[in-house]
Amino acid sequence: MNVDLTINTDVARQILTGFIKSEVSRVGYTRVVINLSGGLDSALSCALAAQAVGPENVLALRLPYRTSSHDSLDHAQLMIDKFKVQCKTIDITGIVDPLIEQDREMSNTRKGNIMARARMIALYDQTEAFKGLPIGTSNKTEMLLGYTTMWGDMASALNPIGDLYKTQVRQLSRALDIPAAIIDKPPSADLWIGQTDENELGFTYEEVDKLLYLLVDQRYSAQECVEEGFDQKFVDAVTSRVRRNQFKRMMPPVAKLSNRTIGYDFLYLRDWGT
Amino acid sequence: MKINLALAQIATKLGDVQCNLEKHLDYIQQAKEQKADLIVFPELSLTGYVLQDLVATVAHKPVADDPIFKPLLEASQNLDLVVGFVDEDSRHRFFIASAYLSGGRVLHVHHKVYLPTYGLFDEGRFFAWGDSIRAFDTRFGRVGLLICEDFWHASPPYLLWLDGADIMLFSSASPGRGLTDKEKLESARWVERVSKAYASMFTSFVVHCNRVGFEDGLLFWGGATVNDPNGELLGRGPYFEEALTLIEMDLNQVRRTRARLPLLRDERTNLVQKELDRLLSKNM
Repeated sequence: MNVDLTINTDVARQILTGFIKSEVSRVGYTRVVINLSGGLDSALSCALAAQAVGPENVLALRLPYRTSSHDSLDHAQLMIDKFKVQCKTIDITGIVDPLIEQDREMSNTRKGNIMARARMIALYDQTEAFKGLPIGTSNKTEMLLGYTTMWGDMASALNPIGDLYKTQVRQLSRALDIPAAIIDKPPSADLWIGQTDENELGFTYEEVDKLLYLLVDQRYSAQECVEEGFDQKFVDAVTSRVRRNQFKRMMPPVAKLSNRTIGYDFLYLRDWGT
Repeated sequence: MKINLALAQIATKLGDVQCNLEKHLDYIQQAKEQKADLIVFPELSLTGYVLQDLVATVAHKPVADDPIFKPLLEASQNLDLVVGFVDEDSRHRFFIASAYLSGGRVLHVHHKVYLPTYGLFDEGRFFAWGDSIRAFDTRFGRVGLLICEDFWHASPPYLLWLDGADIMLFSSASPGRGLTDKEKLESARWVERVSKAYASMFTSFVVHCNRVGFEDGLLFWGGATVNDPNGELLGRGPYFEEALTLIEMDLNQVRRTRARLPLLRDERTNLVQKELDRLLSKNM
């Protein structure tokens, strides 16, 4: 099986910084805000934004919870120091714990979702204080797999890295000189101690990116992917996951009553009139 | 005869025709100062591309008393223009259109005949299909206009060739896609390949002007080109950036190439017609 996800990083950087610059300025903004988790996706979005609008116009937020790993905070600081963006640290424990304490049986997933959504609240609050647009940090792999929290880490005004698979995020991050400590560590949402993406998902990003590239980008059928050498169970699990999570990639459907309904026949781009 | 061609690969404001008109007039002025004879703008250059429900609000008629075409027709006294717009006919059908303006007159209007309605494209939902492909006479010889998907079908350039066009003016709003390890996006490679192929096969000048700028997440890649009748690239505008690219075209090259390579002389149109008749009657 020879699936090559290599991208030309110069072209990617040119397009993505152009996208951020254009789509921020045409709605009347000059500044942006990013939740800098210490992980790779937000590091890449931050580096692209700093190049696009200038580091002085980027506010990077560090939003730790009491169980967050120290590495996360340190790695976010590495980015802040290296790319010279503005920064602010807000501990979310005080807004997360009162809700968690109301249910002693609460699962890790629920707690994680609360943290992700608390970070969204902090992000959007700072967009008003800093007068900046919130920049997204979700990559194509996690959006396709639905490995995200709706209205949590997926919430943003624009998402520069949403058409890059995780493997490609790594490649572009190396080209942008993001610190190796961030690129090389195991990806983790850091919502509970010891959590890693690949343990939770049950496969590696490298494996699933190749499969998704064939299924989505190259329009292979599931059967053709098996013929290319992917395990049938793996292909079934991934295709099912992509389908089940379609709702996360959409605005909520509106029930049609009138002759003209938002989402069906009231159709304008975001960039309407700009 | 040598002419100076100006390729205006502009970004547009989505749905703001007045603002786009002002940019056209600015580029026309720049082209005039650089002694251009002809300036070509991209597909839907006066309106923007992903219009959806804006279509009816941005439509204009290419006539002298239209507020958008009046200043463009005046500007065409100095140099010839190709502009992209939404044309509304008397029955209120809306077309993706290109107009060739010269000496204060509209010499030709082309309605896009192939509307891509697949993948990221949805033109057939919002526009009427053009139903004619005609070459027309200009002060530079006989010319043909095509718009984007039109030249992804071999028949429109072929018909223009047989109708006498020695200069084919293609305009596009081509969204960039297909990022690989190569320096050029796949969409740029595809279009450059077909432009070169038509220039070579039809021993004609093939001009392509594509727009730039973003509409939501779509980036139009620019890279306007001219290929001569030998299929040689005469010049190219930059990728992704607004630019006015001036390229000199020596129209005598058509004669020199066809003296060497008489593909037009040898084209067997009766054979084509006979086989098309057979195929079409068989399929009915």
